[in-house]
Amino acid sequence: MSALAAFTDRYVERSSPLHRADAAVKLPAVLAYVLALALTREAAWVVLAASALPVVLAAALGGFSPMFLLHRSLLALPFVAAAVPLAFTRPGEVVFVMPLTGWDASREGIEAVATILARSWLSVLAVVLLTASTPVAELLHALRTLRVPRLLVATVFFTYRYFHVVGDEAMRMMRARDSRSAALTDRRAGGTITWRASVLGHMVGSLFIRSLDRSERVHAAMQARGFTGDLRFLTTGRVRGIDAAAAIVLVAYAFAVQAAGRLA
Amino acid sequence: MTANGTTQPGVPALDIEALRYIYPDGTHGLDDVSFRIQQGERVALIGPNGAGKSTLLLNLNGILRAQSGRVRVLGEELTEASARSIRGKLGLLFSNPDDQLFSPTVLDDVAYGPLHMGLDRDEVLRRSREALAAVGMAGFEDRVPHRMSLGQKKRVAMATVLSMGAPILLLDEPTASLDPVSRRGLIELLASLPLTLIVATHDLAMVDDLLPRTLILDGGRVITDGPSRDILNDGELLLAHQLEPLSMHGHPHA
Repeated sequence: MSALAAFTDRYVERSSPLHRADAAVKLPAVLAYVLALALTREAAWVVLAASALPVVLAAALGGFSPMFLLHRSLLALPFVAAAVPLAFTRPGEVVFVMPLTGWDASREGIEAVATILARSWLSVLAVVLLTASTPVAELLHALRTLRVPRLLVATVFFTYRYFHVVGDEAMRMMRARDSRSAALTDRRAGGTITWRASVLGHMVGSLFIRSLDRSERVHAAMQARGFTGDLRFLTTGRVRGIDAAAAIVLVAYAFAVQAAGRLA
Repeated sequence: MTANGTTQPGVPALDIEALRYIYPDGTHGLDDVSFRIQQGERVALIGPNGAGKSTLLLNLNGILRAQSGRVRVLGEELTEASARSIRGKLGLLFSNPDDQLFSPTVLDDVAYGPLHMGLDRDEVLRRSREALAAVGMAGFEDRVPHRMSLGQKKRVAMATVLSMGAPILLLDEPTASLDPVSRRGLIELLASLPLTLIVATHDLAMVDDLLPRTLILDGGRVITDGPSRDILNDGELLLAHQLEPLSMHGHPHA
């Protein structure tokens, strides 16, 4: 196993109804769920709480603990932080004033931020559940089943595959550099910061050149094995009725909650 | 080559005690590895693919940090704080030269180690040229590493380690992918160096020629530690660990 894979592979091997469900069902269900969430109006707290039900059910089916989900979903936090300035820019009833800067936060702004946070978090949880219960190969196969253009699927596949190859290569280069980064007892080691920066620059450069060379070799090897642009997989998923029915019910529920929220 | 620091005679070059290393994904890399290597010894580290040979080498210079156990290099204990100083005593050659070469020219690369140690320019150049001459790559100073053959890169990578002047060399598959004459040249070079050598390899003919002591590593454990002559003649033991006795290669040795 590559060293990077320990940090990037999201699939959690297990036998559960969620794991067995076909990726060609799970993937569109997650997309539809995220779309339903995107319709949530600001400060519609009841709607948001009711929308959490499909995620809770799926997590229970898959046997994933709340701590596991919390941990994985934290990855999305930095992206959501982009919404925070909204609290200070939206005009409305001032709730508090930021010390030092004198920015004032409005009730409407804070509610908007909280809604975005909740919506994004639920969406991220749905994706976390999808990736934790579905191997990457099955997801790619599902994309093909769903008629996503094969060039796009191939690009996603190769990005995933060679992200690890290049990442491991970078890691090994850094290890080799560190192995030669020695210090003597009687003098200052490490050289100047500009020298170290130029070494790092050269490392990035040679990584780029080597990736380019590798891509030529990989392409030649693929052609030698008859590659014509289509990725073929051995996994043959057949959509089971029960999976499809469960997915439809969950998605219908998510949209029904939205509709109810708007009518109420 | 000039050795870094003064070394007291009698202190073991390497003293490893109950080293245990587990990879972040939970796989066991090393399991209770202990051994001692005296100064000037030349030791082979053999075993199947995935036995933990490279993992062990990376644990010796502190690139990987063992969860438990102790490493002493020439009497100095390996810790977070001492890793830099220990890397001046242990030169590590990686099995893939491409991992090791990152500079725009061969000379820059060979000079990296000495420059990092803060040596004077003249000393850096002297060491670098000496190291390149030792591996038969004098005259390649201004060449670009990625335009060279694998064998040439392998020899330059060796020079980048030699130029550091470490008294102990850890070599990961030094003869792999070398043509027979380059391989012979490397073995002769290693035989001529008054250094402590630990060589991870599948090249048992080299073990026979160069390395009088052998450790077999399998599943992250030391299986055997003894004279290479005995181990290389124990066909049953070798085959049990995915290795082949030399006689099976049609090699002239008995």
